Amino acid sequence: MTNLSSVLEVISLSHPGMVRSHNEDSIAADAELGLAVLADGMGGYNAGEVASGIAVAMLSSEMKKALANKKPGELNGAAAERLIVEQSARANAAIFQAAQSQPRYSGMGTTLVVALWRDNQITVGHIGDSRIYRLRGDSLEQITRDHSLLQEQIDSGMITKDQARYSQNKNLVTRAVGIDPEVETEVHTYPARAGDIYLLCSDGLNDMVPDEDIQLTLASLQSNLPLAAQQLVQQANDNGGRDNVSVILVRIVKDFSARSGWVAKLKAWLK
Amino acid sequence: MAKLILSLEGSVMREVPLDKERVMIGRKPQNDIQIENLAVSGEHACIVTILNDSFLEDLGSTNGTLVNGNPIKKHILQHNDVIEIGKYKLKYLSDAPGAGQTSVDEFEKTMVMRSPALAKTAASPRAADAPVTRSGGAAPFPAAPPPTPRPTGAPAAAPAAARAPEAQAVGAIQILSGPGAGKELELTKNLTTLGKPGVQVAVITRRPQGYFITHVEGARFPVVNGKTLDAQAHLLGDHDVIELAGVKMEFFVKR
Repeated sequence: MTNLSSVLEVISLSHPGMVRSHNEDSIAADAELGLAVLADGMGGYNAGEVASGIAVAMLSSEMKKALANKKPGELNGAAAERLIVEQSARANAAIFQAAQSQPRYSGMGTTLVVALWRDNQITVGHIGDSRIYRLRGDSLEQITRDHSLLQEQIDSGMITKDQARYSQNKNLVTRAVGIDPEVETEVHTYPARAGDIYLLCSDGLNDMVPDEDIQLTLASLQSNLPLAAQQLVQQANDNGGRDNVSVILVRIVKDFSARSGWVAKLKAWLK
Repeated sequence: MAKLILSLEGSVMREVPLDKERVMIGRKPQNDIQIENLAVSGEHACIVTILNDSFLEDLGSTNGTLVNGNPIKKHILQHNDVIEIGKYKLKYLSDAPGAGQTSVDEFEKTMVMRSPALAKTAASPRAADAPVTRSGGAAPFPAAPPPTPRPTGAPAAAPAAARAPEAQAVGAIQILSGPGAGKELELTKNLTTLGKPGVQVAVITRRPQGYFITHVEGARFPVVNGKTLDAQAHLLGDHDVIELAGVKMEFFVKR
């Protein structure tokens, strides 16, 4: 099994916010595995926590099992994508069944965002409006595209991104884990570079803190990730903290190519 | 349901509920809101309503459409917006009064909007006994939009509006020693980093409670008024003297 703990610096933080009494977000991150999972649950009473909890627990434990017997380099982008799709489908089925069989969990669901780092690549899977951003150099880019009514309205040209800030429909997602027997996970693989900082977050962050301020925080505090995470959560709360806010920050400390032979090194050097 | 109050020179003419997905405004008779005035184009503007949002669009009218005095092409209407078409005013009221019973906590909860195709596959195995509306708050779509009231000050939901008020006094730093002595730096951003990367860096954050300084990197921690800070954020007072990476500077509040 590949151990990425010397390659990835991982910081996570979750806060209920200033308005909600309980935290329906669940997060897990494992630097050794190169895995980060974040889910934002929804549903009455404590069902939201249950849904996001199931999703995160299943994804992190099942992925760990699946990755345990993989040799470095064995898992390419396509295989990583398949793995994320499979495991999200299992979490979906588990939550859906729990919701069907127990009235108090009826209607529960969760968003999900999963990132797996392998071989100088990041494979990202997501469902709903939890996001991944990437800071490369000084520029911040949103890697995932929300599955939400608002995003559809932006895509269709009905409103601009600026206008979207004032929309009342921020809370409507078009996909979620656990509300239907099947779910479609959107997965992509991108090259990852040393120095990249990835941010996984629930909408409690990006609804309260504009992208410019997220960029400013990550860019100016990149030398101190725990402080950056704490500042992001604090800004969300200072701006009202109307929702639970969770962040996972992952920094790529150095190159993590799986081909460590001399040929690969030579190739990398020639690049 | 949202509605418009049509008025001319201060006197209310009629009230129009936005009960259709698309409400047309113009001079021609087929418009939902007909305004017989030559300053108004045949098809002047329209309002498209989707769940809680109403979008106003000018349809290329000759004399234009104003919202709160500003010309617009497209605009998401906010509670109490005033639309002006010619001499006529249309005030937008987002929701029925008394809708404030649901707490802020309720109205912003994330909900699922299910595509009709998915809802169908989902509903079929458990047809009759499973109504699509769930107690958990997952909203079916488009059958019954959730009764989500807005807070009275609707734009408060916007991050920009929720941020630290601009009225807050602006802090600034003046360099007291070293080559940059005398230089002044206004702290207008949420975060300002100071120091030398790789040697010693601190950040000053602007919060509703005031300005805070926090250590970011380096073996040495910032010194404020002769006292070395720990890792915790420290609230800055007017005329505090900060020592950082061998440079003295003074924090002060601009009046």
